[in-house]
Amino acid sequence: MSSLESNTEADSDLTPKIPVWELPDVPKGNLSPHLQLQRTRVVCNKEAPTNTENVQYSGAYAAMGVDNSLGLGEFRKRFRVEVIRLTEGDMEFDLIGIDASLANAFRRILIAELPTMAIEKVLIANNTSVIQDEVLAHRLGLIPLQVDPRLFEYMSENDIPNEKNTIVFKLHAQCEKGGSRSTVKTDELKWLPNGSELLLATENMASNEASKPKTYTSFTCSQDSLPEFSKNPIAPKHPDIIIAKLGPGQEIELEAHAVKGMGKTHAKWSPVATAWYRMLPEVVLLQEVEGNKAEELVKKCPVKVFDIEDICKGVKRAAVARPRDCTLCRECIRGDDWEKFVALQRIKDHFIFTIESTGALPPEVLFTEAVKILEDKCERVITELS
Amino acid sequence: MVANEDVLDQSQWSRIDKEFLAAPVKSAVDKFQLLPEFLKVRGLVKQHLDSFNYFVRTEIKKIISANNEIRSKVDPRVYLRYKDVRIGEPSMIIDGVTEKLSPHKCRLSDTTYAAPIFVNIEYTTGSGQSTSPQMKKDVVIGRMPIMLRSCCCVLYGKDEEELARLGECPLDPGGYFVIKGTEKVILIQEQLSKNRIIIDTDKKGCVQASVTSSTAATKSKTVIKMEKEKIYLHLNLFKNKVPIMVVMKAMGMESDQEVVQMVGRDPRYSALLLPSIEECAKTNVFTQHQALEYLEKQVKQLPFSYAPVEKRASSILRDIFIANIPVRQYNFRSKCIYVAVMLRRMMEAILSKDAMDDKDYVGNKRLELSGQLLSLLFEDLFKTMNDEVKKTIDAILAKPSRSSRFDISQYIVKDSITVGLERTLSTGNWDVKRFRMHRKGMTQVVARLSYIGTLGHMTKISPQFEKSRKVSGPRALQPSQWGMLCPCDTPEGEACGLVKNLALMTHVTTDEEEGPIISLCYALGVEDLELLSGEELHMPNSFLIILNGLILGKHRKPQRFASAMRKLRRAGKLGEFVSIFVNEKQHCVYIASDGGRVCRPLVIADKGVSRIKEHHMKELKDGVRTFDSFLREGLIEYLDVNEENNALIALYEGEATPETTHIEIEPFTILGVCAGLIPYPHHNQSPRNTYQCAMGKQAMGNIAYNQLCRMDTLIYLLVYPQRPLLTTRTIELVGYDKLGAGQNATVAVMSYSGYDIEDAIVMNKSSLDRGFGRCIVMKKMSAICQKYENGTSDRIIRPQREGYEAERMQILDEDGLAAPGEIIRPHDIYINKQTPTVTRGTIASPMGLPESAYKPSRQTYKGPEEETAVMDRVALCTDKNNNLCVKFMVRHTRRPEVGDKFSSRHGQKGVCGTIIQQEDFPFSEHGICPDLIMNPHGFPSRMTVGKMIELLGSKAGVSSGRFHYGSAFGEPSGHADKVEAISETLVKHGFSYNGKDFIYSGITGMPLQAYIFMGPIYYQKLKHMVLDKMHARGSGPRVMITRQPTEGRSRNGGLRVGEMERDCLIAYGASMLIYERLMISSDPFEVQVCRKCGLLGYYNYKLKTGICSTCKNGDNISTMKLPYACKLLIQELQSMNIVPRLKLTEA
Repeated sequence: MSSLESNTEADSDLTPKIPVWELPDVPKGNLSPHLQLQRTRVVCNKEAPTNTENVQYSGAYAAMGVDNSLGLGEFRKRFRVEVIRLTEGDMEFDLIGIDASLANAFRRILIAELPTMAIEKVLIANNTSVIQDEVLAHRLGLIPLQVDPRLFEYMSENDIPNEKNTIVFKLHAQCEKGGSRSTVKTDELKWLPNGSELLLATENMASNEASKPKTYTSFTCSQDSLPEFSKNPIAPKHPDIIIAKLGPGQEIELEAHAVKGMGKTHAKWSPVATAWYRMLPEVVLLQEVEGNKAEELVKKCPVKVFDIEDICKGVKRAAVARPRDCTLCRECIRGDDWEKFVALQRIKDHFIFTIESTGALPPEVLFTEAVKILEDKCERVITELS
Repeated sequence: MVANEDVLDQSQWSRIDKEFLAAPVKSAVDKFQLLPEFLKVRGLVKQHLDSFNYFVRTEIKKIISANNEIRSKVDPRVYLRYKDVRIGEPSMIIDGVTEKLSPHKCRLSDTTYAAPIFVNIEYTTGSGQSTSPQMKKDVVIGRMPIMLRSCCCVLYGKDEEELARLGECPLDPGGYFVIKGTEKVILIQEQLSKNRIIIDTDKKGCVQASVTSSTAATKSKTVIKMEKEKIYLHLNLFKNKVPIMVVMKAMGMESDQEVVQMVGRDPRYSALLLPSIEECAKTNVFTQHQALEYLEKQVKQLPFSYAPVEKRASSILRDIFIANIPVRQYNFRSKCIYVAVMLRRMMEAILSKDAMDDKDYVGNKRLELSGQLLSLLFEDLFKTMNDEVKKTIDAILAKPSRSSRFDISQYIVKDSITVGLERTLSTGNWDVKRFRMHRKGMTQVVARLSYIGTLGHMTKISPQFEKSRKVSGPRALQPSQWGMLCPCDTPEGEACGLVKNLALMTHVTTDEEEGPIISLCYALGVEDLELLSGEELHMPNSFLIILNGLILGKHRKPQRFASAMRKLRRAGKLGEFVSIFVNEKQHCVYIASDGGRVCRPLVIADKGVSRIKEHHMKELKDGVRTFDSFLREGLIEYLDVNEENNALIALYEGEATPETTHIEIEPFTILGVCAGLIPYPHHNQSPRNTYQCAMGKQAMGNIAYNQLCRMDTLIYLLVYPQRPLLTTRTIELVGYDKLGAGQNATVAVMSYSGYDIEDAIVMNKSSLDRGFGRCIVMKKMSAICQKYENGTSDRIIRPQREGYEAERMQILDEDGLAAPGEIIRPHDIYINKQTPTVTRGTIASPMGLPESAYKPSRQTYKGPEEETAVMDRVALCTDKNNNLCVKFMVRHTRRPEVGDKFSSRHGQKGVCGTIIQQEDFPFSEHGICPDLIMNPHGFPSRMTVGKMIELLGSKAGVSSGRFHYGSAFGEPSGHADKVEAISETLVKHGFSYNGKDFIYSGITGMPLQAYIFMGPIYYQKLKHMVLDKMHARGSGPRVMITRQPTEGRSRNGGLRVGEMERDCLIAYGASMLIYERLMISSDPFEVQVCRKCGLLGYYNYKLKTGICSTCKNGDNISTMKLPYACKLLIQELQSMNIVPRLKLTEA
């Protein structure tokens, strides 16, 4: 309380005498700096971060005439998305003016609830390699496939695999006898647009020769006849992932069926390698840092957050040049009294979001998909409430 | 070089000093490179191999030549003489064809890896007058099991590729035997050293000197004890204790004065000896004759001996009393001197307690290795065989007429040695009656749970004491264990401190020829004992020279003698393992060349400067030099525990002072193989390292390169094993980086969800999805196609594809055996076998039996219902009875589940408490999400600082792309990265120096209010898994006899409400619950009780009444419920004529 600027005089002189109601009013309408700091920044002290919690209650600052509620209009005015980096595989963008819970919701949806296609069933016809069937199947499952999952449907337990819910791959690798060892990579996984080629064992072959023999899938049409796949055939995203190694004379022959699924069932369906965010770092110099001390500070930081600027007559002063680069190694506040000079903070409503896609969908699409899923969820809640 | 310095006189000293000052400052040479070189030359189990090689090369020849003749008693002209012996190549004769064996073939086909023992013999044919000498070469007398990688093994000297071709793992150390397909290792046995005087106190506190003599001919124990100020001899061939002076007189020491002189002229000694002398005089023993007569009366009468009674005492004194001292032509002088030395040492011990020997001192111990044990066994078997041959030929020669010409060489029985060796090795029971040796559990099946477990098993030393003794002395860590035995690696519990493990650089010696050493000693100025008077023996500045417990004589300049001997040893003129130890206190120089001493290599230093210079190490690196050349050039030598007492050993060269004589090669070699895996063990609380040593053996991982070709009963494998990010030098040396047993998990040290209390860990589901902790369990099932005595045999037939059993036979191939790759479920048939109904007696056509003569004897898979196992391999082989043996390996891949046990390398075990989705897991600023979360409460009480440093080091390792090191005590020599350096690396890569990261909660999305200590730690998955242990039952099988539920998980048994649980229920008053648990849910039974006689009756279903069989009527019958076990008890008591009667009252 004593740090309230308006009260400092009264505090020091007349604390015991003055009745409460005679105290000067707290200025209405704007928060005092320390509360503002508490509300908007995470302060990363040497020992532990403080102010990590968000104040949720809308009337938390009502006494000071500040409305803490989240208004849609206010949100729309302040919310911004800035894309920093966008490549084929990953993306970095800023989400500004949003609550951590929402940013986290996107992250969680990206990891666990965005569907992709992944190999779920492996029919092994022959495997004489050293790698065990289960392990091989597990490895195949984790291979990212380059296919838009939105074009497929989920396959539930009783569904018959068809061209709408299943992608079939074939792998037939052989290592010649007398040759040297060979490596089976993902490029040997061949897409079978017409579905499975393996015949169902229970089917009696002689019964009706005229009809098509029954296989493990029942495709009504070839998948490559569909416009979506005719131009870009389905294949693993990376052609050089090692599946197995074969010794001379060994052979693997199998069929892999990929279905649609979600990351929360198994990590293989997660569309992202990882998705995470960090709050925008803010480095504040609490005092002027000049001379040798400035140089020391610049040297201390391994990611070069600080620069030296020359103010008049060769006096060197440290300045915060690249706060965004701060990795919070806390080197700058390590040591005797550096905490007096430098304050490391995080801005609570500014998120640097990174998405590393596994390749099924480009990262920007992933994010919009995630937004859509959250939207759906909200709608579901609303309909259920109303 | 040293020789020159020694002869420099004082005048040259000043010049030398200047030279010394001008010499380059001693620089710390990195001697680490010596270690891989050492292990390349010696290997990890060299002690076993050396011992076995010595046995095969030398010892077996000695045994044969010591018993080289079989001569008939009936006809002395008939004889057989062994000329030479050698061990051939491992092979087996199959159908008359000699087939070479390879160890892996033996493992798979359940045969013994053994080689024939060939002898060359000279013998006579014919008998009586018509004998003629014959020679025969390479006669097989038996088959010797061969130690893998020994000089007789096919793997000897093979390179990696050749080993692979033989199906052998190049990293496998060898040192064990393959007996009937199982790998057996003979444990190293620890014993008190033989033929040495040991002074200690008995239970009553009397000082005693004891010698356990062991020679080729006899083994005996001699104890000289001081009781009530008088000294007696205890020898178990005498009825009572014998006054020592009588013994001395009996050995010709008639003059008391001479005895006193021999013991030493110090009046204190004479005073202690006086009561004994007086006692001797009191018993009227003054002459040798009187003494012998006295002793004669004391000799125990053997029950069936008709030997000349007069000579017994004298022969006991000659042959059994301190048998290690040889007596030639009844010249007892050396024995007298030996007794005098014993007396003198006893008196020294009485006068000052310091002179007492410590039984736990490693220098007083000998390790008995496989070679020695095998030679004992072989000697016994060989003698037995010879005796048998003799008996048979005598029996045959005694017969008056024979048809064919007598040929003694045909009576050699091969089987007795083969079978004897095989049986002893497979049971581990050494029953050698000839040497009164009955020891059990000498061999063990090699632990193949993990690679490290196998290595650890080879270095294990089993104790001589029984484990139950509650004494702390032998269990305590002895300072003399330094560098020889691992201070960490010992089991917990009853064998704690008794079972030990060898350190990394330890070598165990084998016997060495004494003759050359003796003559060398005399040449170096040792005065012969025979020429010395008693007076001269203990002159103030003369030292006794004792070789392997045998007093050779004395020397006036012991230090000079010792340094001359050592110089000869360093020059290679003397065996490198001969130890020369000057004991200043006892005024003795001990020379030891016997086997079983532990020793280790050290760098020799002259006046504190290491002999190994930079250029030596460079030559080593360039491959010009080997470890042996270091040894040959006198840069390095082996010191045993005793000689270490004469050395001043500096840990590092920098710490050496001018007095320093030796420098350690590397300090981390004081640890053994298992403890060597721990990173930064010197930062841990010591018991944690001990726990890890026990746990490292249970970790799953890779077993060997040939792990998928092995057919062990149980194999645990990790699907994706990794090498630790934070390694140690030992890890690289033993090959743990190639056959790892664990994975580098990113660990966050924080509290999460409450499912992490009591060391439980929280695991990330996505990590498990991606393969973390996934393991394979393989179990072996086998089936034998038996052949029966009547010529019939089991048969395997093609499966039925239709009918009600077709479903259970789904996995069978057309040959009636399960097909590899098929999923096998409980109750599935994996071999469709049939057995003939008649297996005894004679049958007309055993091969063409009709279909009806067979009954099915299929074998079904009995596994847990929830497990989907896969048939991995099917192997067919012939066992030793020529039956077809089919082995099935069933594989099951498991992902970790709640309750599975994990452990880091710091004795921090914990079970998986819960599995959490990745999105709920915390993540760092860098986007890193931990694989598992460990509760920080695991640290304060355990004080495993090493684990924290491991985390830091691994974190720096992953970010910089370089494996970091954490060898024990490695910081000064650069074999362990310093924390400061690690912190610097961390900072350079944007982490905090202390390894703590800024973490966001995965649930709320907000940062956590603390920095979290996070980084990779090598985690081991231990073999204890829930799936193998969980058990519950509703109703199920019951024991036939008591009708109570069965016991144990394997029999699907019930969970017992035991006495204590019952007590609780009684105290609580829950009588109905007790009734239900002990009666209704257990074994209720309805009985008919006769109210009149109180005995049990029966229920007659025709009459529909109960009838008492004693009263012969149903008048007083009551029906009641009783536990069946109670009814059984009543009837059992009745059967032994006790009548329990039930008295019924209305309730």
